[in-house]
Amino acid sequence: MTLLSVREVSKRFGGLQAIDDLSFDVAQGSIKALIGPNGAGKTTLFNLISGSLEPDRGEIVFGGAAVHDLSPDRIASRGMVRTFQHIRLFPKMTVLENIMVGRHVHSRAGFLAGMLNLPFTWKEERRIREKSLEILDLLGIAEHARTEASSLAYGQQRVVEIGRALACEPKLLLLDEPAAGLNMRETNDMGRLIEKIRDMGVTVLLVEHDMSLVMKISDEIVVLSYGQKIAEDRPLSIQKNPEVIRVYLGDDGC
Amino acid sequence: MARRYSMVAAFAGLIVAIQLATHFMDASYHLTQLTMTAYYSLLIIGLCMLIGYAGQISLGHAGFFAIGGYVSAFLTTHNLSSYKGGAFASFLKKSGALVGRPDIYGGELLTVHPLLACVAAILLTVLIAYLIGGPVLKLKGHYLAMATLGFGIIIYRIPLGTTFLGAADGISDVPGFPLAPGVVISGASSLRVPNYYLAWGLVILGMALLLNLVQSRVGRALAALHGAEDAAGAMGIPTARYKLNTFVLSAVFASLAGVFLTHYNGGIGPSEASVMKSVRYVAIVAIGGMANLWGALLMSLVLNYLSLRGYFGTYDDTVFGAILILIMLFAPDGLLRRHLFTDLKRLVSREPADEEAP
Repeated sequence: MTLLSVREVSKRFGGLQAIDDLSFDVAQGSIKALIGPNGAGKTTLFNLISGSLEPDRGEIVFGGAAVHDLSPDRIASRGMVRTFQHIRLFPKMTVLENIMVGRHVHSRAGFLAGMLNLPFTWKEERRIREKSLEILDLLGIAEHARTEASSLAYGQQRVVEIGRALACEPKLLLLDEPAAGLNMRETNDMGRLIEKIRDMGVTVLLVEHDMSLVMKISDEIVVLSYGQKIAEDRPLSIQKNPEVIRVYLGDDGC
Repeated sequence: MARRYSMVAAFAGLIVAIQLATHFMDASYHLTQLTMTAYYSLLIIGLCMLIGYAGQISLGHAGFFAIGGYVSAFLTTHNLSSYKGGAFASFLKKSGALVGRPDIYGGELLTVHPLLACVAAILLTVLIAYLIGGPVLKLKGHYLAMATLGFGIIIYRIPLGTTFLGAADGISDVPGFPLAPGVVISGASSLRVPNYYLAWGLVILGMALLLNLVQSRVGRALAALHGAEDAAGAMGIPTARYKLNTFVLSAVFASLAGVFLTHYNGGIGPSEASVMKSVRYVAIVAIGGMANLWGALLMSLVLNYLSLRGYFGTYDDTVFGAILILIMLFAPDGLLRRHLFTDLKRLVSREPADEEAP
């Protein structure tokens, strides 16, 4: 079953055609990777899917409904949540508080209820806290619950960012270069974490430069070059695809 | 949560202690300025919520204060007795929406009831805050500061140029404000002590509401959008709406402060709308520690009181301008911020180590 469908999407910045008539589907329960050389349009595509940018043409359908004209927060509340290439935690809040923000779409206390400290908000806050602690346990970072997020090591910050996204209980998790800046051991752990997330029933779409990670965990790979899709296949076939080899290594006599 | 309310109780104790001190030192005339300070503090804590927690600056909050004060002053002093014969006016009078009182010439003055005037002032404030805040809060940093400054300047010029708002003289002879049966906000010296407690009671109520908000889901969302707005949006927080709601909330606090202080003082003048007032409010929030409601409240208590008692003399505005410059230079996160003590400790423990170097 298709969870996310990108249909004939185009996006132009001035003279640059960043995304050119691009289409692909993401099947529910799978890990799909977007790869391509620098400047291929991967980040633009992520921003289009998550609602930070609006496409010039085409549509993006998520869970059966068009979402390309919705704001990022509306898209997130429908169950599509992203992480950022450059980690975007809330620096002055603790790790636990960061995760608790992720529960926003699953709770409802507004300005008035908050100011009046209404009894239903106490129960809600308790549930938010319990659920967030569960996520910290799942990720194995429970001992950092009360640490200020900005004082964690880089690799751990990335795990917290994924935890915050998981707190939203997304149907689709968008990971923008989850292994960027991680060492080899951390990258391996990240790969196992992403597989674990998929096994929990969360569909994953990721942009990643680390080829060994992409080849190991992806169910399917889309290759972009200059905003166009040049290949879409399983990892083993992608590795043998002459077009892919050409854009990555160049075609002049190697 | 227990800590939240024990701080409130401690502050209430401070308010009682101040009153007792003025009583035993036979200086109860200080209570007048302390009561005025309370109403300014109501504005300050609302502004602290906007600047410190939601991370949005406003250099136009004196404008919202003036909207509250002027609407209420105009409606409660504008004589409607020429409409007295009309069926609608007599219906309004019977229902209590209009009230009569003798004027100084022995005639009858027919005006809008203060409670109704207050409701009108708040509704107008909410409307204007939504209309201004909607487009303006899309701006960030100093662009937002300049846009709200422009709003403040416009509001300042309106009463100055409007005859029925008293132009440069402002509006006087504003009646007391009957908050509840037997409870009147009024500057009458016989009501000095109850009015002092009434005013600070309102501040404490406002503090309790805002402290609750800070600790709630909304407070967490505001802290998140203050820290990283794009990430907050990606977590499903409607950042534009939350910023706007906080802006309107702080405008309502400012407007209520304007309504109450105008009835307490018995009038309002255009200087209340001036941009220097807005700058002063921002300076107090800054020295109070930005995201620190208690710091802002304590600084408001001290600085407004000193200013109103005239301790700063002709340098009044200079003092607040200087505070703002010094804070921005040396403690841009605010002076009484949360980590002040740990920072100081680190500073003290590091200095000897530095001196050891040859």
